[in-house]
Amino acid sequence: MSARIDPPLAMLAELTHRCPLACPYCSNPTELLGKSAELSTETWADVFAQAAALGVLQLHLSGGEPASRSDLTEIAAAAHKAGLYTNLITSGIGLTEKRLYALEEAGLDHIQLSLQGVAAAMADRIGGYKGGYDRKMHVAEIIGKIGIPLTLNAVMHRENLDDLPATLEMAQRLGARRIEIACVQFQGWALTNRSALQPTPEQVNRAKKTVAEAIPRLKGKLVIDFVPPDYFSDFPKACMNGWGSTGVNVAPDGTVLPCHAAATIPHLSFENVRDRSLEMIWYHSEAFNAYRGTDWMPSLCQTCERRDIDFGGCRCQAMAILGEAGAPDPVCRKSPGRAVLDELLETESSQIEPPQFVYRR
Amino acid sequence: MINVEDIAFLPRGVRTHKDHVRAADVLLGPERVLMLDQIGLEILSRLDGVASVAEISEDLAKTFAASRDVIEPDVIEFLADLRDKGLVHVR
Repeated sequence: MSARIDPPLAMLAELTHRCPLACPYCSNPTELLGKSAELSTETWADVFAQAAALGVLQLHLSGGEPASRSDLTEIAAAAHKAGLYTNLITSGIGLTEKRLYALEEAGLDHIQLSLQGVAAAMADRIGGYKGGYDRKMHVAEIIGKIGIPLTLNAVMHRENLDDLPATLEMAQRLGARRIEIACVQFQGWALTNRSALQPTPEQVNRAKKTVAEAIPRLKGKLVIDFVPPDYFSDFPKACMNGWGSTGVNVAPDGTVLPCHAAATIPHLSFENVRDRSLEMIWYHSEAFNAYRGTDWMPSLCQTCERRDIDFGGCRCQAMAILGEAGAPDPVCRKSPGRAVLDELLETESSQIEPPQFVYRR
Repeated sequence: MINVEDIAFLPRGVRTHKDHVRAADVLLGPERVLMLDQIGLEILSRLDGVASVAEISEDLAKTFAASRDVIEPDVIEFLADLRDKGLVHVR
């Protein structure tokens, strides 16, 4: 590794894998960690202090459902004390008015609320949790009342992508400043349901038009970030903005990962905050250096004019589709792996009736 | 668009931060980190929720012994860009 290694900007802290919802698009691993494997409040506080000293500015408290942890307020307070910009990524289930006020008091900066659908029937079916939609709407109302800045994270796929205009309206109605239109990325459990979730080309085109029209119309009112369904793109996403360049993930048991799905790459071994410092892991661990920079790249990526734009794309996607983590992301039109992806797409998006969802339980 | 009489301010959830690791000033907001140069920091530090864009430009002109006519368009451009990103609000 010849190039200089920059410090990380962002940390995703997966506080728990426990979650009351059972979304078919869940990107967490097929095998989840139980409560007994989770890091303690004190260890998380230490990890946050290490992260801030290392250069992390933004912290995302995620899961699973972070509200499933009874010490969420203490965890948020520790993050704030460390000087991190603290964002809570939640379905809203498990948050009460009392807890939200306590989180505000703890110094929470921002909440990102997931959205499974714009009506109860759809949302509760996707989330596999009856009554979830109503509880979520109630939580959104309280967030608005308290005034904590809100981003709506609308997870979109074949079943709900056509509701995009209504989703944008809902974001405004709830007083969100920002919406992420997050088309499902196929990692973890979501791969089990890929056929059922894959949108059709017509849906994708309509969604792109809706977004292109909405961005200028809502400028200054609602910030729109669109994460496209990447199988339909010509070039891969700049996954993690480059492996080991910007972001670091900590799993519920303290395993430190270069990305959310990195554990799907079987030949990598990962270190744990219980054993080593975050700094050592970031700069010196084998896993973080495996695909860092450009030395690891196949010549197709090395010589590509997009080398420093998309960094060869997503390693976990190359692993999942091609069985080879070091291959160019099969989304790339230049990649020999694209044929495999096209065949998948052809089969999946041409189905008149998609298969039923497979839920975790 | 931002006008000279507008009062721009950093909404809740957006703040400047001294990044000691990178020895830089940054603006932090939801999913956003912006590195600030000196002039950017000077502008943002004057957003007190009271001063208008015109007043801020005037004050900057005085501080840096420059003409307000030169400074004001830059201030407007800077704030308009942040407004589009949702990092600055206006009343």
